[in-house]
Amino acid sequence: MSDAPSSHDFGPSSKPVETLESVVIRFAGDSGDGIQLTGSQFTAASAAAGNDTATFPDYPAEIRAPVGTLAGVSGFQLHFSSKDILTPGDRSDVLVVMNPAALAAHKKWLKPGGVLIANADAFNQKNLLMAGFAENPLENDSLADYQLFKVDLARLTGQALEGMGLSAKEIERCKNYFALGMVFWLFERDVAIIEDEIDQKFASKPHLKEANHKVFQAGWNFGENTEIFRIRYRVPAAQDIAPGRYRSVSGNEAVALGMVAASVQSGRQLFLGSYPITPATDILHSLSGFKEFGVKTFQAEDEIAGICSAIGASFGNALAITTTSGPGVALKTEAMGLAVMTELPLVIVNVQRGGPSTGLPTKTEQADLLQAIYGRNGESPMPVIAARSPSDAFEAAFEACRIAVKYRTPVMLLTDGYIANGAEPWLIPRVDTLPKIDPNLLSSTEQLNGEKLLPYLRDPGTLARPWIELGNPGLEHRIGGLEKWDKTGHIAYDPQNHHNMVKLRQAKVDAVAQEIPATQILGKDSGELLVVTWGSPWGSARTAVRELIDQGKSVSHVNLRWLNPLPPDLGTVLKRFSTVLVPEINNGQLIKLLRDKYLIDCKGYNRIAGLPITVAEIKQAVLEHLPS
Amino acid sequence: MTELNRVDLKPKDFQSDQEVRWCPGCGDYAILAGVQRALAKQGIPAHKVVTIAGIGCSSRFPYYMSTYGFHTIHGRAPAIATGLKVARPELQVWVATGDGDALSIGGNHFIHALRRNVDLKIMMFNNKIYGLTKGQFSPTSEFGKKTKSSPYGSVDHPFYPLQLAVGAEAAFVARFIDVDAKTAGDVLAAAAAFHGTAFIEILQNCVIFNDGAWDELAQKEFRADRTILLEHGKPMIYGQKRDKGIRLVGTRPEVFTIGENGLTEADAWVHDAHDTDPTRAFLLGRMEWPEFPMPMGVLRSNARPVFDQLICNQVAEIQQSKKADLQKLLDGRSSWVVGA
Repeated sequence: MSDAPSSHDFGPSSKPVETLESVVIRFAGDSGDGIQLTGSQFTAASAAAGNDTATFPDYPAEIRAPVGTLAGVSGFQLHFSSKDILTPGDRSDVLVVMNPAALAAHKKWLKPGGVLIANADAFNQKNLLMAGFAENPLENDSLADYQLFKVDLARLTGQALEGMGLSAKEIERCKNYFALGMVFWLFERDVAIIEDEIDQKFASKPHLKEANHKVFQAGWNFGENTEIFRIRYRVPAAQDIAPGRYRSVSGNEAVALGMVAASVQSGRQLFLGSYPITPATDILHSLSGFKEFGVKTFQAEDEIAGICSAIGASFGNALAITTTSGPGVALKTEAMGLAVMTELPLVIVNVQRGGPSTGLPTKTEQADLLQAIYGRNGESPMPVIAARSPSDAFEAAFEACRIAVKYRTPVMLLTDGYIANGAEPWLIPRVDTLPKIDPNLLSSTEQLNGEKLLPYLRDPGTLARPWIELGNPGLEHRIGGLEKWDKTGHIAYDPQNHHNMVKLRQAKVDAVAQEIPATQILGKDSGELLVVTWGSPWGSARTAVRELIDQGKSVSHVNLRWLNPLPPDLGTVLKRFSTVLVPEINNGQLIKLLRDKYLIDCKGYNRIAGLPITVAEIKQAVLEHLPS
Repeated sequence: MTELNRVDLKPKDFQSDQEVRWCPGCGDYAILAGVQRALAKQGIPAHKVVTIAGIGCSSRFPYYMSTYGFHTIHGRAPAIATGLKVARPELQVWVATGDGDALSIGGNHFIHALRRNVDLKIMMFNNKIYGLTKGQFSPTSEFGKKTKSSPYGSVDHPFYPLQLAVGAEAAFVARFIDVDAKTAGDVLAAAAAFHGTAFIEILQNCVIFNDGAWDELAQKEFRADRTILLEHGKPMIYGQKRDKGIRLVGTRPEVFTIGENGLTEADAWVHDAHDTDPTRAFLLGRMEWPEFPMPMGVLRSNARPVFDQLICNQVAEIQQSKKADLQKLLDGRSSWVVGA
């Protein structure tokens, strides 16, 4: 833990420093090049320096596609700033490429005039051909729009390790630390952070520890000593972010932490039933390591067993969750209906990815909203909540658990690949400020006050049925997927009863609306145009709307946490604007819900490219819909 | 091991207030009564027992038991029971399923529950037909069977359920016929006492869609000649006159008559239910009338570590060595402070 940003350099620097407000840097290379690690280490150092940060890992579905191919390129983008930022940035100021394929795949993300650092050694005939270059772009004028820095990373790494007796493969694996040393020099990052990290990571392999230390410092020294870098850049610590203790958190980590917090605050053991699926698996990884909190994780034989085991655990009064992505949700559909029918608390986490079918497993999308709300047989209403950013996923997960327990209902939590793998600083909540969740169990016949046990008797405020604690005498009861008699829960085929029960289950989910606070509006609460978002486009939309407001435009922004039910005041808010614009990474799903519910002709901005929607795209879409 | 206080109980303590709605003459009535008797004998009160079922005629079982019960969805009972058992290992969990529910739509959950050795009692009612959907061939129907969905005869090769269970690493495997109350009682008692997955195949008669499917074995006058009751440590001798035996010739079982060809009782295969090698249980699982007498009773009872217990032990072990501090968890390994 470092309580105050401090900076350690390897030595004094003689080069001038230019101060910048924000920088977007992107690392790209083979998926075996350690790009994600390099990116996260640079992020950690930037956060420790007091910058606000936001990251976007962009990696292929293949674990190790053939070296040097376009398919194997892995990217990591970091936005670090002295201001409060909400997105990892549209395009980068600095691009570090480890081979020609990385250049070919990621050049489009570099701003004109941006800094391009290329591992020149890798631009050999074979790699150039694989990346589709007829000639070496480092040697012709095709990169004239950028500030090109050619660095012989492999050769320099080898030089630094001369005489250590390392194999060619080991030397090759050290080169990302050379690149990291170089950018640490370039942006005045604290080298002590990486020194510690190398010590820990290679504790059991002293020769690799020494090698990586050497290479890291060699990279830093290269920056200082080479003529090609003339200045260093400084991004000062951010001043306008809320005080408190921060850490970096990814969306998947935040979901796992939110679940554990809900387990502690409800006093219910946490049970996770899950089947590995990209990009949700990290939640299973995290939770399987939290056994000291009594967390039980079950890696099931398939998606169906994942949710079914969770339903069984919920029947046994555990706080039960299942985690997956869209294709997994499709498989869990029938079991979700069972949870709706039996009115048991359950949270289903859908880390959305590109679809349909296997689609784009490692890319982000928001196309499962209608699946979440409608995708079950019969009238099967379920509350749906969405996280808007990596750190926000903690609160969204906690809230999903709270509502599931309070209303005895399955709740679907939507995040996406971008939220799941992106990371940002998180103002860590103090545990004593977290709300308690009352499981309100029916544990003894004494609580019945002499009345008969009625498993489907409803609480007048929430319409929730009792959560009956198994193992207690006198509370034996049977539940199941067949229609229930109101109150008794016995099997019922009566026509009027079915009608009533369909309406009751809907009314219960509708009642969740009473938990939703008044809609918060960025900007004026009426005007020309309102941008409405849900999920991850929040950051880009907010940034875009802030900038447009600064330019004097009549634009406001609302983000929806709850998608089902919708906030009670949303209709009146929407009607105060001439135009409602809904940017989504799908072909228009929230827009259908809004048109249906409020009879408003909203406009969509729909880009479904497996990527976050950018600030620039939203600004342009807004401007197109504003009267000129 | 689950330790529960034994109390004096009657079968009616396990009867629910619901009217039983199986077809008159259905084999399920006898099974229900057998289970209620076995539970009463066991002495664990109804509130410590949970009955879980999938979908099908057999899966109505939980409604007729006074225990906690869950009538779930088709094929998924083992998965739901696994989650419950992991969350609440102190409860005794019985699963009622059928040949379609367990071996067809729920085949995956079935084999994985056996492999993991979750502490469940799985009773599979095998009537070799889909009854609730009114008569289609099932994964245990004989090849060539004519049903509504196979008017020219089924071309599906059937499973041998006990062999499938042994192949899936089942720790406890047993069988009885619905009409044989004595064996039912013994097998159910053994299953109740077993810690781990106890799989019981129950040969059950569907009076409507596959009536008499097991008659060749079930009828009292043939039963002794066409079935063999396996008893641990005892030679495999059977027949009305107890004059027949099974012997092993290499890895091939063979029927012989005691006193013929110089063979005596001493040549009979001695049943070892606790054999850690599954080979012999596998052979028994394939024996069928008319080539062999159909084995009844406990084929295999081979205790090994129990899944739900292993999960709980691991949690308990970590809880011993590591303090659960939520604030520390949220703070993470590396954090920093902004402002004063």
